[in-house]
Amino acid sequence: MFDFLTSGQYDVLGAFWVTVQLTLYSAAGSLIWGLMLAGMRVSPVPLMRSFGTAYVNIVRNTPLTLLILGCSLGLDQTLGITLAGGDSKEIGFRLAILGLVAYTGTFVCEALRSGINTVPVGQAEAARALGLSFFQVLTLIVLPQAFRAVIAPLTNVLIALTKNTTVAATIGVAEAALLMKEMLENEADALFAVFGVFALGFVLLTLPTGLLLGQVAKRVAVKR
Amino acid sequence: MSSVLYDAPGPKAKVRNWIYTAVFAVLVGLALWWILDRMAEKNQLDADKWLPFVTDSQIWTTFLLPGLVETLKAGLIAMVIALPLGALLGIGRLSDHAWVRVPVSTVVEFFRAIPVLMLMIFSSALYVLLGTVSSDLRPLYAVVTGLVLYNASVIAEIVRAGILSLPRGQTDAAKAIGMRKGQMMVYVLVPQAVTAMLPALVSQLVVILKDTALGGAVLGFADLMSMNRQISANYSNTIATMVVIALIYIAVNFALTGLASFLERRLRQSKKGTGAVVEGDVAEVDAGGAAGVGKAP
Repeated sequence: MFDFLTSGQYDVLGAFWVTVQLTLYSAAGSLIWGLMLAGMRVSPVPLMRSFGTAYVNIVRNTPLTLLILGCSLGLDQTLGITLAGGDSKEIGFRLAILGLVAYTGTFVCEALRSGINTVPVGQAEAARALGLSFFQVLTLIVLPQAFRAVIAPLTNVLIALTKNTTVAATIGVAEAALLMKEMLENEADALFAVFGVFALGFVLLTLPTGLLLGQVAKRVAVKR
Repeated sequence: MSSVLYDAPGPKAKVRNWIYTAVFAVLVGLALWWILDRMAEKNQLDADKWLPFVTDSQIWTTFLLPGLVETLKAGLIAMVIALPLGALLGIGRLSDHAWVRVPVSTVVEFFRAIPVLMLMIFSSALYVLLGTVSSDLRPLYAVVTGLVLYNASVIAEIVRAGILSLPRGQTDAAKAIGMRKGQMMVYVLVPQAVTAMLPALVSQLVVILKDTALGGAVLGFADLMSMNRQISANYSNTIATMVVIALIYIAVNFALTGLASFLERRLRQSKKGTGAVVEGDVAEVDAGGAAGVGKAP
């Protein structure tokens, strides 16, 4: 029943490795982009605030599929912006990451912003009374507390991101969902076995992440 | 001003803010100019690429509107099936009996861990194998099945969070007047939880609508998403089509998001009820798969 695993015809582990790589690169990128967006949304400069708000609202309401497809069809094939060289495989991989970062960044931003809102105003007032500058208040007082409050929501974003990497299959990135589609077409008699293998793969990817970071979130939470 | 981060600006801060504004405006302007220049170079800004959306009504009647109808249809069917199913699963997870709670929890956690795209691909293959669904209906069935399996488990979590968000006194009072567990759920907890959950459920509709796009891209479902191929094949205006389709999605979802936050505000303000609200955002973490509900551990 599971002979499709041992036949050597399909590289299941390889496909999941691509999924993991997509997740890690996109997670790093989304964290940076989300931090920048959050910075804009809480900044004292009205223009930056409105840019941040507009970006988050627009991108969050657009299907991820459309964003990634837009990166591939629009940026790459129509405008010829290839994101450095390499063969079509590497370009597709990078375009998928670009789409994932653009999308996930908005959720990271919203999580961080809600974290900043959990910090009592009095803390910052006290900091300002001591003569700290905006930058010092942000980096020394507010962000350290905000980060600890948002580990749980950020974990949720990370888990969602892991699952969202499957959307890269729409532009032909050879990750788990694409391989599953191919295998289901070829091994129709082993339908449930194939699905079971890939489902298990995702459970193994997301479950430990949630448990581990859940523990971390509990441990570092600021008790108020 | 009650921001954590800054005071009402004084004269110095006002000047500084103006400088930041100017620098930021220049940066955004440069980025925009670069993109537009790039588009002009590839003739993507030509009038004949964009005008059809205004002048040619056929583009709407043959492609965009039917696509939108399919998208909404799949989303609504999925929601209508997932809602009662999710409610049952959510209540099942709160059961006092381990033999109900454990399997239901397993099912919910399992389908929440799997990307919705995989569920769609799997159900499509399953319908091919079973041969009971005609091939032109198969994409719709596959999309709806995938969405139902995934969203029922997300809704289950919303329901659970909704019931847990009610003040303890509600349960205590129900017990005090001698209600059994079933009566307590039916007459006291669920009706209140439903109002508390309303914003989260409307937000979940946004997630469902966004996820239908996967069917258009992967399974050949004739939804709004899949129209980009057809329109750009006829008018060779890839970017213009994508922008218009994105705008339609954004408009629909924006309306739903607006409705959700309106409901949330109303519920928080209303004197009736307990004031418990499951926020829309908690479940609205993703497209190809959302994340868990805030409070539920």
